[in-house]
Amino acid sequence: MNTNFWSRLHSEWLGNIRGDILAGLVVALALIPEAIAFSIIAGVDPKVGLYASFSIAVIVAITGGRPGMISAATAATAVLMVTLVREYGLEYLLAATVLAGLMQIVAGLLKLGAIMRFVSKSVMTGFVNALAILIFLAQVPELINVPYVTYVMVLAGLGIIYLFPLLTKTIPSPLVCIVGLSALAIWLNLDLRTVGDMGDLPDSLPIFLLPQIPLTLETLLIILPYSAAVAAVGLLESLMTASIVDELTDTRSNKNRECIGQGIANTATGFIGGMAGCAMIGQSIINVKSGGRGRLSTLCAGGFLLLMIVFLGEWVRQIPMAALVAIMIMVSVGTFNWSSIKDLKEHPKSSSIVMLATVTVVVATHNLAIGVFVGVLLSGIFFAYKISQIFRVTSTLSEDETARIYLIEGQLFFASVDDFTEAFDFKEALDKVTIDVSHAHIWDISSVAAVDMVVLKFRREGAEVEIVGMNEASETIVDKLGIHDEPGAIERLLGH
Amino acid sequence: MTQILAVIDGSIYSTSVCDHAAWIAQRLHLSVEVVHVLGRRDVSSQPTNLSGSIGLGARTELLDELAELDASRARLAQKRGRAILEDAKERLNADGVTEVATRLRHGEIVETVQDFETDAEVIVIGKRGEAADFNTLHLGSNLERIVRSTHKPIFVASREFKPIKRFLLAFDGGNSATLAVERLAALPQFADLTCHLLYVGNASTELQRQLEGAQATLQQAGFTVAAEVVPGQAEAVIADKVESDHIDLLVMGAYGHSRIRNLIIGSTTTHMLQLCRVPVILFR
Repeated sequence: MNTNFWSRLHSEWLGNIRGDILAGLVVALALIPEAIAFSIIAGVDPKVGLYASFSIAVIVAITGGRPGMISAATAATAVLMVTLVREYGLEYLLAATVLAGLMQIVAGLLKLGAIMRFVSKSVMTGFVNALAILIFLAQVPELINVPYVTYVMVLAGLGIIYLFPLLTKTIPSPLVCIVGLSALAIWLNLDLRTVGDMGDLPDSLPIFLLPQIPLTLETLLIILPYSAAVAAVGLLESLMTASIVDELTDTRSNKNRECIGQGIANTATGFIGGMAGCAMIGQSIINVKSGGRGRLSTLCAGGFLLLMIVFLGEWVRQIPMAALVAIMIMVSVGTFNWSSIKDLKEHPKSSSIVMLATVTVVVATHNLAIGVFVGVLLSGIFFAYKISQIFRVTSTLSEDETARIYLIEGQLFFASVDDFTEAFDFKEALDKVTIDVSHAHIWDISSVAAVDMVVLKFRREGAEVEIVGMNEASETIVDKLGIHDEPGAIERLLGH
Repeated sequence: MTQILAVIDGSIYSTSVCDHAAWIAQRLHLSVEVVHVLGRRDVSSQPTNLSGSIGLGARTELLDELAELDASRARLAQKRGRAILEDAKERLNADGVTEVATRLRHGEIVETVQDFETDAEVIVIGKRGEAADFNTLHLGSNLERIVRSTHKPIFVASREFKPIKRFLLAFDGGNSATLAVERLAALPQFADLTCHLLYVGNASTELQRQLEGAQATLQQAGFTVAAEVVPGQAEAVIADKVESDHIDLLVMGAYGHSRIRNLIIGSTTTHMLQLCRVPVILFR
C-alpha cells in the first residue's frame, strides 16, 4: 500500500542515521584490505576489486532486499575467476561479471530465491567453513618464501586486531593494525611487500567502459561457465547472509528483490571495470555489530571506501601486505563456524557427512557452487533414505490357508520399492491375494510399477490378485498436492 | 459490536484522548477499546562496538547479545505499556465509561489500527505523539499515515479536553464534506451542539445550493445551524473563525489530494490540524 511503501522507505533509509553512518565507516575501513586481498586472489589489480566494492555496495544499498547487509567484492566469487583471468585476461572477467549479473536478475524475476529452502543447515555450515578455509588458503602464498620479518609483522597485526578491542572499542582495530604496521614498516624501512607492489590502485573515480572482447559465440562459451558459477555462488552467499542478518536483527528480508538487486549491481559493476561480488558474511556481521541497520550503512560503506581510496591512494600503496594478511586471517577465523566442529560428535552422522562433503568438495575444486550442489544432493539422498524407512508390510493368512491379505503402510517411492517387493512371499501357493494399499502413500511412478510387478508375479503363480485402496493411496502421485485447500485433505492423507 | 477505538502512546495527549473518547462514548452509548502499540524496536541508542573485529563464534555471540538487549527492552516496554493502559482505563472509568477494553500490541501502529478498526465507529487519537512533543506546531508523523490508511472517521484530540458546545463544519462541496454532513445528520445525540457551516471562497450558485442543502439536512436532524460563505484563503479563514466564534470542535473532510501534491504545496488538512488548537473530526 502507498502509505506503507513511503513509511518503509523512510525507516529503511533514515531509521537509524547515526548508527548507519558510523557503522558504514567501520565497514569501509575493513572493506579496503579485503577488496585488495580479493583482487589479488583473482589475479587482477587492486583497483578492480576496489571499484567493484564501491559500486556493488552503493547499488545494492538501493536495489537490495536486505537493509543493513554489506555487499562488495568477495572471496567466494574471486576464487571462481582465477583461471578465467589467468587464461583470457581482465576484459573477459568484466564480461563474465556483466553476464553473471544478468543471470542473477533473471533468477530473481523467476523467483528462484525459494530454491534456498533445499539448502539445509548442514550445507550452509559447510559453505561458510569452506569459505573461511578458502580465504585462509589465499593468504598462504604471502606467507611462503618471505623474509622472517613478515611473520613477525603478521603476528603483531593479529595481536593488535584481537587485543586492541580490550583497550577501547571506539576505534576499529583493523584500522589500528594497518596504520600501526605501515608506520612501523616505513619508519624502520623494512623490506616488505606492499599493496603498491600488487598492481594499480584507483587514481580517479570509476568511469563507464565496455569490456573489450569480441562479441562472438566463442566468447560467450568461454565466459558462460564462469558466469553461471559466479551467479549461483553470489546468490547463495547473498541469500545465506540475508538469513543471518534476518536472524541477528529479528527482521525480514525480501529474497527475490535481493537476487535482482545483486544482479543489477554486478551488471553495472562489470561496466565500470569491477569484478563480480556478492554479500559478505563477515562484513555484514561487523556492520550489525557496529550498530548498522539500514540501507544507509551499506551506502556509506561504499561511499567512504571510494573517498578514502581516491584521496589516500598514496598512503594505501605503502600498506605492507603483512597487515592485510593479518586482517584476512581475522576474517577467516571469524567466518569459520567453530561450534560446527564440536557439533560433529552430537549431530546425526548424515548431517556431518553433508557438511564435511561440502567443505571437501569446495576446497578441492575452489568452487563453492559445486560444493553446495554436492551437499544438497547428499542431503536429498539421506532424506529419501530416512523417509523410506517409514514403511511396513504385514500380512494375515486366511483360516483355510488359501488366501492372504498383505497390508502396506507408509511411504512408497523409489527408495522403498526394493523393500516393498521383498516383503512378498511369491513361493507360497495361494488362491487369492489381497494387497491393501489404502494406508500407504504412493509418491511416484517407480512405486506404481512395483505394485504392478507384484500383481503380475502373483498372477504367474496362479493366484487371483485384488488391490484395495489404490485410488486413495495414489492421490499423492501428482507433483503438487493441490487438495490442501479442501477441508480435511491433510487428515485424509495422513490417515490412510 | 461497534465501539470507539482510542489509540494512546503515553504522551501528555493520552489523558485528553481518553476524555474525548469518553465524551463520545457517553453520548453514543458505545464501549471504548484502548490500544497501545509497542512500536518497532528502537535501534538508535544501543551500545555499539566499533572495533570492527570478529573473533571465534562472533555470530552466536552477537546474536545472544542482541537478543538479550531486545528482550530486556521489550520487557520494560511491556511493563510501561500496561501501566499506560491501566491509567487510561482508570481515567475512562472516572469519566463515567464502564465498558473499557484494553489491548497491548506489538507491531507497527498503522497496521495495528487497520487490524482493530473493523468494529470501530470512530478512532480517537492524539494530535501529536510521544516523540513529537518538543515542538508544538509539529504534527505526529503517525497521524497523517493513520488518517490516510483508514476509512473510519478520526477524532483528533487536542492537548486538553474542554466542554464542546459549538462546532464548525468546513464545507467545500467535496465528497468527504458531504459524507461528514450525512454522518452528523445521522447522530441526533449531538443535536444540542450549535453548528457553524462554513464555505471559504467565492461560492458558485451550484455550491450555494449544496450549502443550503447541507444546512437543511442538519437542521432536519435537530442541529442549530448557521451557514456562511466567507471569501479568502481557506486555512486562514477557518483558523480565524475558530478563534473569533469560540468554536470547540472542527469537522472537515481529510486529505483530498495525493501525497505528491502535498509534498509540493502541503496539505490543507495538515495545516488546519497545526493551526487550530481545538479537536478535529476528519472524514475521508
